[in-house]
Amino acid sequence: MFESFDAVFLARLQFAFTVSFHFIFPSFSIGLASYLAVLEALWLWTGRSVYLDLFKYWLKIFALTFGMGVVSGIVMSYQFGTNWSVFSDKAGPVIGPLMAYEVLTAFFLEAGFLGVMLFGMNRVGKSLHFTATLAVAVGTFISAFWILSANSWMQTPTGHAISASGQFVPEDWWAIIFNPSFPYRLVHTVFAAYLTTALVVGGVGAWHLLRERTNEGARVMFSMAMGMITVVAPLQIFAGDQHGLNTLEHQPVKVMAMEGHFKNYPDGAPLVLFGWPDQAAGEMKYSVEIPKASSLILKHAWDAPLKGFESVDRKDWPPIAVVFWSFRIMVGLGMLMLALAAYSLLARVRKRLYDWTWLHRFALAMGPAGFVAVIAGWVTTEVGRQPFTVYGLLRTVDSASPLAAPAVGASLLAFVVVYFIVFGAGVYYILKLMSHSPHRGEEGPERGQPVRAAGITPAPAVAESIAGGKEA
Amino acid sequence: MILGLDLPTIWAFIIAFAIFAYVVMDGFDLGIGILFPVLPVGRERDSAMNSIAPVWDGNETWLVLGGGGLMAAFPLAYGMILSALYAPIIAMLLALIFRGVAFEFRWRDPGHRAAWDFAFSLGSIVATFAQGVTLGALLQGIAVEGRGYVGGWFDWLTPFSILVGVSLVIGYALLGATWLIMKSEDSLQARCYRLAFGLGVGVILAMAAVSAATPFLREAYWQRWFAWPQVLFTAQVPLLVAIATVVFFWSLKRLHHYTPFLVSLGLFALGLIGLGISLFPYVVPPVVTIWDAAAPASSLKFMLVGAVIMVPIILAYTGYSYWVFRGKTGHEGYH
Repeated sequence: MFESFDAVFLARLQFAFTVSFHFIFPSFSIGLASYLAVLEALWLWTGRSVYLDLFKYWLKIFALTFGMGVVSGIVMSYQFGTNWSVFSDKAGPVIGPLMAYEVLTAFFLEAGFLGVMLFGMNRVGKSLHFTATLAVAVGTFISAFWILSANSWMQTPTGHAISASGQFVPEDWWAIIFNPSFPYRLVHTVFAAYLTTALVVGGVGAWHLLRERTNEGARVMFSMAMGMITVVAPLQIFAGDQHGLNTLEHQPVKVMAMEGHFKNYPDGAPLVLFGWPDQAAGEMKYSVEIPKASSLILKHAWDAPLKGFESVDRKDWPPIAVVFWSFRIMVGLGMLMLALAAYSLLARVRKRLYDWTWLHRFALAMGPAGFVAVIAGWVTTEVGRQPFTVYGLLRTVDSASPLAAPAVGASLLAFVVVYFIVFGAGVYYILKLMSHSPHRGEEGPERGQPVRAAGITPAPAVAESIAGGKEA
Repeated sequence: MILGLDLPTIWAFIIAFAIFAYVVMDGFDLGIGILFPVLPVGRERDSAMNSIAPVWDGNETWLVLGGGGLMAAFPLAYGMILSALYAPIIAMLLALIFRGVAFEFRWRDPGHRAAWDFAFSLGSIVATFAQGVTLGALLQGIAVEGRGYVGGWFDWLTPFSILVGVSLVIGYALLGATWLIMKSEDSLQARCYRLAFGLGVGVILAMAAVSAATPFLREAYWQRWFAWPQVLFTAQVPLLVAIATVVFFWSLKRLHHYTPFLVSLGLFALGLIGLGISLFPYVVPPVVTIWDAAAPASSLKFMLVGAVIMVPIILAYTGYSYWVFRGKTGHEGYH
């Protein structure tokens, strides 16, 4: 049934699908691990039980998220070989060690201490438990460091030579790791993870405030999340702008796609707000533009010249419409996040943070916005890298395994079905946990404890013990 | 048989160690999944699950190290092996997803616990079988030309690869049963003693069958095992297996708590050594050696620094994590 498809296209779809799904989990768990460390630190420092309750509330959600991140991540580490064996052979000497470092310095750290973090509170005591939480949080960050270094090298490769057999041979590891786009991508992505988490926490807090304005746990999480967004949203827009300038320097063609510039603009390029990029015709249709504004943003001068796709060989064009639109989705959501930051700051200054229901509704609506923005940003940068896997050096069509369309198509179909079943169920369980309001004496992820039945909302515990009773 | 300790050889040993660490650690928790259908619903299942919940994640990380390390140290082999074994590898990945999420999902959704238990069990069985098939297919050789795989999509499917797949399922089940002997009490422990006896017999038969078939796959393997004077060295392996077998059944009879698990691990170590004897120095038999497939020295050196520093640290805190959750596991979580 897949014979009529192009095998490489199917392999790309498969990679895009599995990496997008995977990326959802770490973009949440990086921020959530840090948030949990902050909550536990605040609890140890102030002794206020609300912080412990919130810690346990979010720890259960973290356990689910992390588990799904792990299993969807294992797929990634093998997909390079199954579908992209030529890429693995050629770029493996550079990319492989960076990923090996990620496993050695991050994955083991996270996984090794996750058990203690989830189930060990009563076994190791407070300070060792806090150490474990910190280890997991630091691990998530180290993981981001290495994988983004590897990804950035594919965008802006430096520090290597190319051997007779076409392999990339590392020459200067410092130059490879700290390649030109890496610092920008790292900052932009980690901020994105923090924003995503803050939006989720804020959305959950808002949901419970709308139902019960006096809930202490909901108040604390909402206030913390809004504070985080107020600080990080403006910083993120600045970081994104800097990242864009860096991209203009190293991958100008990607910026052409983001901006929708087909023509050369020798005396100032317009900012295309909306339009339909027609790749075949090589022009922007129905565009709404602000004259010269793009040159102002990218070059800080009204009349600065900017080149467009007419200066680029057609075989080096990325899929322009995808990049153009995903970029607009990301930026649009970023602006909404900034609006939420300003709105909540106003409420805070007026001492109405827990009272303004429209703020809560807005925060609730923005709850999933971080995920959409993260995926849109990812699509922008990855599709913008096309038609190369290693930018300018190794073409995507020359990277794939000797694939047969039916095999790739069948496995793609299997991934789609399994991911929707498994991760659909996982998201449902996470939403179910979020729908329970945070309360005093919150239970942790420990299993089947008597403590459960003593909770304020014992319904699930009772249901569980009934189910357990039947089974026994 | 002189091993020059150059970088590719060192990395071959590091990856062999990662594979062994993976088999040792994920073997028993996959084994528990394989045994799940014969454990009664309720306390025994919960207790079995609790005994691995805090550690399975770290165990599976060794599989990521195996994959990542192979890509980094032997990128050519990584690409060849994974594209040749496309179907079993994809099956393993999908199966691992089902079993991995079941750890959390079964507690979050008591109404569908039976379904997630089934997913856990089937996922464990399929993942294990796929790993065995992968190993068997690798042993029987992979058709390559130049720098790529040139065989068909179902070359891996042979009676031998299926034999290895089934053997590994029995083997992991043995690790799971002996692990539970160590970690459980009462009815679950008694059940596992009985299971371990049958599985022990199965493992010995499976090892014998695979060992008997392997030398006939390729002339080179025959030479490796039976040529004089190497046979003096290689003969130690079946001898040690025989000794381990005796100790294993003796310790079951005496109802030892720890010995059966440790001896089972010993059997796996001997199996891996046997595998090494057959394969070395080929990483993609019959033509690609570790030197053909090795990444450039600059890659191997850079990673070696990390591995030398990090692997002992990882082993230390993994050991700590096991220590925290030492002793018998109740069915009511950790208290």
